[in-house]
Formats: sequence, C-alpha cells, structure tokens
Amino acid sequence: MSENAIISVRHLSKDFGSNRVLRDVDFEVHEGDVTCIIGASGSGKSTLLRCINLLEKPSGGEILFHGSPIAGHGFDPCGYRAKVGMCFQSFNLFNNMSVLDNCIAGPVKVQKKSREEAKKLAMFYLEKVGMAPYINAKPRQLSGGQKQRVAIARALAMQPEVLLFDEPTSALDPQMVGEVLSVMRTLAQEGLTMIVVTHEMAFAKDVSTHVVYMADGVICEEGTPEEIFEHPKEARTKEFLERFTNR
Amino acid sequence: MLPEGFFPRILFLLETYSQSFMQGILYTMLIALVSTFIGCVIGLAVGIVQTIPTDKTENAAKHYILQVIKFILNAYVEIFRGTPMMIQAAFIYYGLPYVFDVTLGMLPAAFLVVSINTGAYMAETVRGGILSIDPGQTEGAMAIGMNHFQTMTSVILPQALRNIMPQIGNNLIINIKDTCVLTIIGVTELTYATRSAAGAYYTFFEAYTIAMVFYFILTFICSRILRVIEKRMDGPENFALAMDDAIVLGEGTYKYHGNPVETNHDVREFKRDEALRKQSGNGGER
Repeated sequence: MSENAIISVRHLSKDFGSNRVLRDVDFEVHEGDVTCIIGASGSGKSTLLRCINLLEKPSGGEILFHGSPIAGHGFDPCGYRAKVGMCFQSFNLFNNMSVLDNCIAGPVKVQKKSREEAKKLAMFYLEKVGMAPYINAKPRQLSGGQKQRVAIARALAMQPEVLLFDEPTSALDPQMVGEVLSVMRTLAQEGLTMIVVTHEMAFAKDVSTHVVYMADGVICEEGTPEEIFEHPKEARTKEFLERFTNR
Repeated sequence: MLPEGFFPRILFLLETYSQSFMQGILYTMLIALVSTFIGCVIGLAVGIVQTIPTDKTENAAKHYILQVIKFILNAYVEIFRGTPMMIQAAFIYYGLPYVFDVTLGMLPAAFLVVSINTGAYMAETVRGGILSIDPGQTEGAMAIGMNHFQTMTSVILPQALRNIMPQIGNNLIINIKDTCVLTIIGVTELTYATRSAAGAYYTFFEAYTIAMVFYFILTFICSRILRVIEKRMDGPENFALAMDDAIVLGEGTYKYHGNPVETNHDVREFKRDEALRKQSGNGGER
C-alpha cells in the first residue's frame, strides 16, 4: 500500500438488503492511472464506482481520498464530489439547460467561479471534445454520442482530480462508441486519472495502465493490461475474456 | 321597460347592468389570478418539503422534525382537498370572528380561501412533478458537487415546473369558475352580479346565458395565454451552431471530429470563396 494514492479502497463491502453486491474489495488509484474495471453484468462494477463517488453508501470497509476516509464525520461529500467527476451510462445532462449552461453550472454554483471564467473553462473543454459549435443546443437536440461528449466536458469543467466513467458507451451505437472512446483516449494520453467501468475490451487493452477483473462482487484478478489480456492466471478471467474475444 | 324576445333582453340586461357585470368580471379575475399565484407558491413550498429525503441513521433529530412537519402538511392537504370550498369559505369567513376575534373583509377572505384551497391541490401536483423527474438528473447534479438545495433550484424544479404547467393552467381555470361559490360570503364576483341581474326582472335564462358566455371567454383567453407561455418555456425548436462567438473561434484546437463538423475555418473559407465568386461574376457581366 503506497501512500501517494489518490483513492484507496479498503475492504469495501456493499449490501442491498440481504444481497451482498461487493465483498472485501481492495484497490488503489494513483495519479495518472487509467484503471479499467471489466467483468460481467451484475458483478458489482458499477456499484463499486458509485460507492467511490458516494452515490451509494458503503456498508463496510472504507474509501480513502488522499489518505482521509470519505465517510467520516465532518467530511464534506459535496466538496469531495466536486473533485471526483463522474460520467454516466445515461449521460444525465441537465435537460433544462443548454450545452454551455450544463458545463457552466458546476463551476459557477459549486466552485463559485465568475460566469466569464466558467465560460472560458467550459469552452476549452467543449472544444476538446469537439462540441464547441453546439453550445446553444439543448440535450434533447443531440445524439447519444454528442450527449456523452458534453457530459465529459461538464465533468472536466470542474477540473476533477479523478474522473469516473460508468459504462460510458453502453447506450450508444458502434459509430457513437467510436467518437466517445476517441475522446477518452485523448484524455488518457494527456495524463488524466480515470477509472473506467467498461465492456470495451479493446479500449481497456490499449488505453488502460491497470485492469481490474471483477466477478460476483470480488476482484478476481488485477494487473497490467498485458497480464490480464495476454496471460490471465485465473480460470474465470480466461473464460470471460474468451467469450468477449470470440464474439 | 323590459323588451320582448331573447336577444333584445340580453342587450337590455347588458346595458342596464354593464357596471355590475364588469365589476363581477374584475373581481372574478382578480381573485382567480392572485389566489392561483399564492396557491402555487404554497403548493411549491409544501411539495418541496414533502420530497426532502430523510435518513434516520444519518441525522435522527432532523429526521423526526421533518416527519412532524410532513404530517402537519399532509393534514393540511387532506383537509382542504377533502372539503368543499363553499363550506370552507363560510367556515372561515364566519368562524374567524368567533374563534380568533379577527374580522376579515370579504375580499381578503376570498383570497385566503381560494389560495389555501389551490395550495392543497398544487402541493400534490408539485410532489408529482418532482417525482416525475428522472433520478439521473439528481445524480448528475450530485456528481458535480451540488447540494440538495442547488440540485432542486437549478435542475429539478425548473423541469418539474415545466411539467406541471398544464396543471397550473387547469387550476387557474378551475379557480375562475369556482370563485362563483364565494357568492355565499357576498363577494360581488360574476355569479353574484348575474344573480342580481336575473332576479330584478325574472330574466334567468338571459342572465345566465350572459354569464356562460363571459365565463367561457375568460377561461378560453387564459388557456390560450398559458399555451403561449408553455411554448416560450420550451425554447426554440432548433439551435444555431455557434460560429461567431469570439471564444468559440479556435480552429485547430479541435482534437476530434466524429463526423466532419463545420469549423470556423470552413465557414471563413466558404465566405471568401463566395466573395471571390461574386466579384468574378460581376466582372463578367460588365
């Protein structure tokens, strides 16, 4: 356990009623890491990510952010979430706001930046994801891929230390998957720390620095992409990867 | 003297009682508009409180205080939804002097009754409106660090309000019509005016025909105006690609083009070509 981890998850468990979705999950994220979490549906990947962003309350164990527990008393969950961005499978853009306002809302309302400053920041990131010409559009006027790119810009406009992606491409058709992954690839190359829950094995293999394979609420195997994809040790990992590569 | 025939009698009534009809319309609309507005404010407040999430394990004191407040608000909603407004009007207007030794004027009493009645209905409408918003919107707001209040005011309520606009319109129209029950406490609104006009010459059919037409005109105008407001809330159907915004001018900084998008560079090149074409075209003609 090294000390400069941004996020470390220790013995995390999560129950929904009598259903134990996560048991004793341990892992760490360092600056610049691109961690991909792969695994079958229902294996607890998304729950893990939602616990890290406190959208779900962990039932046991702890999550440390720069060494301090995020569930403790006196810990400000809103301030924490402002530093840990998240992109959702269903985008969750604010339907009542234009693209630009979506990206400005956080910096202005939460970080109390001036509107001009927030706009400059928002435009910078909207340009990065190729959505700058669409600032006047409402979310309902955009395609799925465009929405997800705006959602990424919205998260980036908060200048988070870590960005979490919860199956960002699962609701998209193949062409849109391409445009979103390409944006994420760029971000990874620029050194953004990311945790990505994904079913895109090619992305996990090429882009990530660390791959975590989850099954039935536990981390079954983790390592570099090479270790996981080329030389998986566990039988379940092999089986899972075979199914994906033979598709 | 009262003329013979249906239409001449209507004209006669309109002429004779024009002032009291006008006053009736004025009071009806005044009570309906003001009370619908106050009622919406009450409903919004009650509806918001009723949708505050509570967690017993996190803050027990806050949880129990909220439970008590929610119980009181529920009682308010149930009582005022569950009894006729006419009875409430009489109950409050004649009851206040007895119980609290307060004498309200007719008009303030009318505002009070219709407002709290509307508030009771609106509370449920607002609650429904808030519940109808996709939980993903809340999660999106929480994920960028907004607290409950910020999430409500900048994300959930604007959407909920848009969704309940038809219901607010419904309430306004119901209120325009239902002010007629205030006749019981002597408010001189449109029905009161109609009754006095009808009683003077026993011209019931004619007088109530006039009232029917007036009420319909009032409600119809209001419903059309509300439609326009709804359209405006929706904003424009189409959007313009931002090409002339100073900050957007940043060609070459695009890292990615999923589909070839028109860049500022393209637009400028196109405009330059067009200008050139025009020049050469003009030159050819001369």
